[in-house]
Amino acid sequence: MKFKIGIRYILIGVLFGIVMTKSEAVSWFRIQEMFRFQSFHMYGIIGSALLTGIVITAVIKRFGIRDVYGETIKFHDKEKSISRYLIGGTIFGLGWALTGACPGPMFVLLGHGFLIMFIVILSAITGTFVYGLLRDKLPH
Amino acid sequence: MDWIQNAWPWYVSGPMIALVMTLLLITGKSFGMSANLRVICAACGAGKKCDFFSFDWKVQRWNLMFAFGAILGGVLAVNFMNGAEGAEISAQTVADLKALGVASSGESLLPKEFFNLEFLLTWKGLVMLIGGGFMVGFGARYAGGCTSGHAISGLSNLQLPSLIAVIGFFIGGLIMTHLLMPLILG
Repeated sequence: MKFKIGIRYILIGVLFGIVMTKSEAVSWFRIQEMFRFQSFHMYGIIGSALLTGIVITAVIKRFGIRDVYGETIKFHDKEKSISRYLIGGTIFGLGWALTGACPGPMFVLLGHGFLIMFIVILSAITGTFVYGLLRDKLPH
Repeated sequence: MDWIQNAWPWYVSGPMIALVMTLLLITGKSFGMSANLRVICAACGAGKKCDFFSFDWKVQRWNLMFAFGAILGGVLAVNFMNGAEGAEISAQTVADLKALGVASSGESLLPKEFFNLEFLLTWKGLVMLIGGGFMVGFGARYAGGCTSGHAISGLSNLQLPSLIAVIGFFIGGLIMTHLLMPLILG
């Protein structure tokens, strides 16, 4: 990838890191508050992101909007299954509540100077690797 | 410029997250953070051991740049936008967490008593940081995505599998918060 093209993804990432921080979605405390149903804050973030996202996705589909390369933006339907989403999702949720961070915030928090996040990210990479090894043996 | 220094309300943050998703769509990509973990596995040579990682990871380099940008965004937000300030969480949560031995609510975005090297070397720390990280990585790939890929991208596209995954996220999160965490931290 040419550097000029690569830099746009870095800039979008910068925006993401700032939004995640200023929204406090990177906060372990906010995740705990969410799972205890003690504030509307996280539900408001996810809900308003989703409502906006639904409208934008529908508009892109309806008008066949093209990306910067001139290709029509396509959305890939997820494959059908219940077990993989429910079991995988539940395991993810157990880890999410414990570390208070999903994969995005893990990187953002590294930028906050919490170098211990290296260890958490390394564990998440290991988890992904072990999933790859066990994939054929797991219900999907 | 007060708005930069203050915390952003949910109705600003949510649409901004949708904006990030839109910018990625317009540049020909899709929003999903946990894909990075798989790309890193592939880049480290995991494809030699396991087919799941044998793909041309260089095509996905943009995703690593996005993650690098997210780290930079964190640096900028903390140093220039007052981003290190603790969240003003509800009094009830503060009290509940105090009962679990977490006294640093409101001081930082993370409980300082957990996110340090000393805590990592205790069994509680191993479970929380190594075990928690492992479950996030394993579960995200098993479910085919994380909060960004399913709760934002997938649900925006009205995908039923993403709804099932998000229900799973909450089942796991509620079990951990209400049943297991009191045992682990207690």
